[in-house]
Amino acid sequence: MEDLEVVAGNGLLHRRAFLRGGAIFAAAMTGYTLSDSLAAQQLADDAWSTRPGTPIPEYGVPSSFEKTVSRTLTNPRGEPRTQHARTPHHLLNGTFTPNALHFVISHSGAPDIDPAKHRLVIHGLVKKPLAFTLDALGRYPMVSRMAFVECGGNSAPLFSNVPVQATAQALHGLVSCAEWTGVMLSTLLEEAGIDPKAKWLIAEGADSLALSRSVPVAKALDDAMIALYQNGERLMPGNGYPMRLLLPGWEGNMNVKWLRRIKLTETPGMSYYETRTYAPILPNGKAYQFYFLQEVKSFITHPSPGLTLNGPGFYEVSGIAYSASGRIAKVMVTADGGKTWAQAALQGPVLPKAFTRFRVPWRWDGGPAILQSRAWDEAGNMQPTRAEVIAQRGQTKAAVTNAAAFPSQHYNGPTSWAIERTGEVKHVYA
Amino acid sequence: MSTPNFIRLVALGALVLGSTASAQNSFDVAQGKPNLGTPISEAEIAAWDISILPDGSGLPPGSGTPSDGARVFATKCAACHGENGKGASAAALVGGAPLTNGIETTKTIANFWPYATTLFDFTRRAMPWPRPRTLTNDEVYALTAYMLSLNKIVGEDAVMNAQTLPKVRMPNRDGFIVRFPERMP
Repeated sequence: MEDLEVVAGNGLLHRRAFLRGGAIFAAAMTGYTLSDSLAAQQLADDAWSTRPGTPIPEYGVPSSFEKTVSRTLTNPRGEPRTQHARTPHHLLNGTFTPNALHFVISHSGAPDIDPAKHRLVIHGLVKKPLAFTLDALGRYPMVSRMAFVECGGNSAPLFSNVPVQATAQALHGLVSCAEWTGVMLSTLLEEAGIDPKAKWLIAEGADSLALSRSVPVAKALDDAMIALYQNGERLMPGNGYPMRLLLPGWEGNMNVKWLRRIKLTETPGMSYYETRTYAPILPNGKAYQFYFLQEVKSFITHPSPGLTLNGPGFYEVSGIAYSASGRIAKVMVTADGGKTWAQAALQGPVLPKAFTRFRVPWRWDGGPAILQSRAWDEAGNMQPTRAEVIAQRGQTKAAVTNAAAFPSQHYNGPTSWAIERTGEVKHVYA
Repeated sequence: MSTPNFIRLVALGALVLGSTASAQNSFDVAQGKPNLGTPISEAEIAAWDISILPDGSGLPPGSGTPSDGARVFATKCAACHGENGKGASAAALVGGAPLTNGIETTKTIANFWPYATTLFDFTRRAMPWPRPRTLTNDEVYALTAYMLSLNKIVGEDAVMNAQTLPKVRMPNRDGFIVRFPERMP
């Protein structure tokens, strides 16, 4: 084991050590819950191996042992206020989010839309207003792409003046990534004929709030999609069934769900959600408006709070990085609170505006350690330090006690996990 | 699209046109334009066309005063927003601390909303919560006048209609910074 290359303090190894170390390295790896005594037991058939298994259901559900892998809900009884369902990042791996675990924010529940009756209307500053049925859209050339969707309020607890003790799910669960399939919005806009005066479009949902957001036409013509499928199946009701606007990399709320109307205009609508809700207040009393981009961000999912390390030895540090400005170019990881850094391996394919999984092998010596990641995107943007974010954006005066609160929005600084001698993982600022 | 590909596509379109007797959309089809949208008139869209812009475009006929609005509010809004808009299970509609109090300051009509037209737009499209889009236009104008009056942004006798509402200047009208100016049209 001594020949494995330590590249940064507290035992971070070269990102390709697992390739170089081969079988020796693999044998030395331990998971988060393995017990040392397991290997010494005499193997015997378990009950499930000695009789036929259960029938396969029409629509699959995870193993009964995986019931804890679920979203956390802020409003499970559907009281008249916003509902949030957060993705359990610390219990998932890879780069796309299963549909049943994709995050949802709904400001008035999920409408039960009959797809045969749903219409998408494009009107306003167009030559020819048009209505599209789902059947009609299904006949257009389609495109599939991976894209993350992130709520502008994701990671908001990091604005607390003291670290909120919570899981990666609670802190960062309002971002997910899926393969979306649908019709490019540019195709439909060209069919309707855009009046040159049109600079914006107002997108509106068929939900009870008729939620509406204004989007520059330039974004609509760049890479906007009318998404009809999510990870291969029709959209989940909470994610906009039967169709949503997908604006890759842009603020989640602008990706209007249950989309029924697009109106082209010269000026933005200045809707409730763009002028009030998703306009974060700055320390000088002004507020940002039209934030649009979900800037470069990363966070470590393994290990993280709730995943207690089972003794010293080898672990893989891994997490998620993404940016509205294209592909992730580099992720650096520290195990000593930022004194020294190791470059992480990026799991390919590295796709623009999508989750990139990063991984670094780590040999934990059993002592205190502070893990943190920082990401760079291909446009040259660097994930800022928390100090840099706070200097510009401020932090709360009082400690945030409710991890589901939104003291501000658009936090894209790093997250630090302190590993205690017990193996427990705590959220700290470093 | 690279030039050779484009030429190939045009050639394909010409081939399709040449070999199909009655396909007037063949060229579009070759370019991936099915043209399956159904023409619809603005009159047919009217019931869905509820966007109100800051310049007042989209505002319907009708009018209302704060006292009219107080009556509507008591029966249709106070159950959630509290007596006189002081807040209950839903947000308060009156008052608000200075935004310099901190980044987590609660955003209100008085301290935050930049456009009065947004009050009309959101009230009409989203309220009352259990029965959205059931208020008459006069009721929405009256409720808008009432909320603006509660916050002393308009007088107690102000009449709100399609002409007066866009002229109301909200206290925090100039309180915003565009985050990425280069992304704005």
